[in-house]
Amino acid sequence: MIYNEEFETLPREALEALQVKRLQQVVQRVYHTVGFYKRTFDNAGVKPDDIKSLDDLKRLPFTTKQDLRDNYPYGLFAVPMSSVVRVHASSGTTGRSTVVGYTKRDIDTWSELVARCFVMAGLTKNDIIHNAYGYGLFTGGLGAHYGAEKLGASVIPMSGGNTKRQIMILQDFGPTAICATPSYTLYLAEQGEEMGVDMRSLKLRVGILGAEPWSEKMRQEIENRLNITALDIYGLSEVMGPGVSMECVEAKQGLHIFEDHFIAEIINPETGEVLPEGEVGELVFTTVTKEAFPLVRYRTRDVSRLVKAPCKCGRTHVRMDRITGRSDDMIIIRGVNVFPSQIEGVLLNIPGLEPHYMLIADREGTLDTLEVQVEVGEKLFAETGEVKVLQELSRRITKDIKDYLGVSAKVKLVEPKTVQRFEGKAKRVIDKRTI
Amino acid sequence: MNKVEQISIFLENKPGGLELVTRVLRDAGINIRALSLADTSDFGVLRLIVNDAEKAKQVLKENGFTVGRTSVVAVLVPDRPGGLHGILEVLSKEKINVEYMYAYVERSGEHAIIIFRFNATDRAIEVLTKSGFTVLPGEKVYSL
Repeated sequence: MIYNEEFETLPREALEALQVKRLQQVVQRVYHTVGFYKRTFDNAGVKPDDIKSLDDLKRLPFTTKQDLRDNYPYGLFAVPMSSVVRVHASSGTTGRSTVVGYTKRDIDTWSELVARCFVMAGLTKNDIIHNAYGYGLFTGGLGAHYGAEKLGASVIPMSGGNTKRQIMILQDFGPTAICATPSYTLYLAEQGEEMGVDMRSLKLRVGILGAEPWSEKMRQEIENRLNITALDIYGLSEVMGPGVSMECVEAKQGLHIFEDHFIAEIINPETGEVLPEGEVGELVFTTVTKEAFPLVRYRTRDVSRLVKAPCKCGRTHVRMDRITGRSDDMIIIRGVNVFPSQIEGVLLNIPGLEPHYMLIADREGTLDTLEVQVEVGEKLFAETGEVKVLQELSRRITKDIKDYLGVSAKVKLVEPKTVQRFEGKAKRVIDKRTI
Repeated sequence: MNKVEQISIFLENKPGGLELVTRVLRDAGINIRALSLADTSDFGVLRLIVNDAEKAKQVLKENGFTVGRTSVVAVLVPDRPGGLHGILEVLSKEKINVEYMYAYVERSGEHAIIIFRFNATDRAIEVLTKSGFTVLPGEKVYSL
């Protein structure tokens, strides 16, 4: 099923014509209403009238997270506050939070895009959606909520936290779908099992999971433990919130970006040069329909790849690979770039290991050190309980990290449940180094 | 076969870890019959033989410990010079590897009791019994 068949299956030529028209409008609008864009366009020597094709997009300057912070809180809004019906903000863990706004029409658009996502996951108005994304300044909770209502599904506004109660409601209210971060979904499965609940026989059928990078292995783990289909949803508050792109249940291979509303590019993060289709680089978005908070060439810091090949679901919109890393999370250890998701990949390849880990970067003298804390789970220990098995495991993790990532890590085995569980975005890195 | 069930507990090297284990066992009224602590630079494994292994495992798990189980062998060792050597000689001849061993807290008459972990448990029991050594059955060890 496709929610908005007309726009989601537009032939590429028509889709690109629509994008150009909408791009021209948004560029005109931001140039004349937002001081920041007038300045940066002028500095780059480009006028709105110069944008005649999609190819001209690359003449426009980038917008960065720092630009958003510099214009905190409302400096980049393109409409007066009287037209803004809602604001959201990022958590600000990496600095000042970034504030975004929505007009009534922006909320309608967003709701439709999230409804498209749900339909892409095979949901209908007959589904009951357990929404465990946090409600509040974070876009996840309300974004998913409005999308579910737009579709006409029944939404359970759980928000995050209170895990025991979540499990009770999963059993009693019989939701058929869950929205949460992948790490919290796994935590729910684990806690439910611990409470003696058969988490595989719930009515849950589908997980719409996102807001943090996760691996294919983690998907399998979630699917097995909850007996569901787990799909990836992508979004970021700056661009809109969840629902910028979504994996279709038919192919489960890449996330369709709603190109009638967003233009995606992949660039080389070092040079800013636009990369050809199929190459891996940093994802950049331009919003072409947003009213309150339009963004031109916003650098997401998310690492992905774009594929325009037709999809078996029938949608014509370009697909992006699941995020393989976020350069905000990236740590550099002795000159080597390390993404937590890469470490997770290594750990999940080792039978019996659970994906609960923490990376601790530190410095001894002038040398960077990386400690990987891994929990010793029941599965691993119960059969043998032997020291040498654990030592071999520790050696294997060290070796695999060295082989796959090219960095030497010190592995520390820790007791179960000592690595903190996160009910929102998983924080996997503690960097103790001071520059 | 006369195997003895040993429980192993994974411990990080940090103050208070061991104390929590003994407290949990005390509160559950479990008696420790023999123990050994194997440690590496990062973590330790506490090996225990207790009077009620099932219950011990249950209460330890409830308290968040990772608990494993291993089959070990309790052998009566003549308490005189060369007593242990006699046993190891037989095992060595049969190429059975002792992975680790530790002494039991109590004596049994003229004998000491030593707990062995072998690479080939069943064959070790067979060889020792054939050579005239006494391998103690689990129930006897738990309740000594």
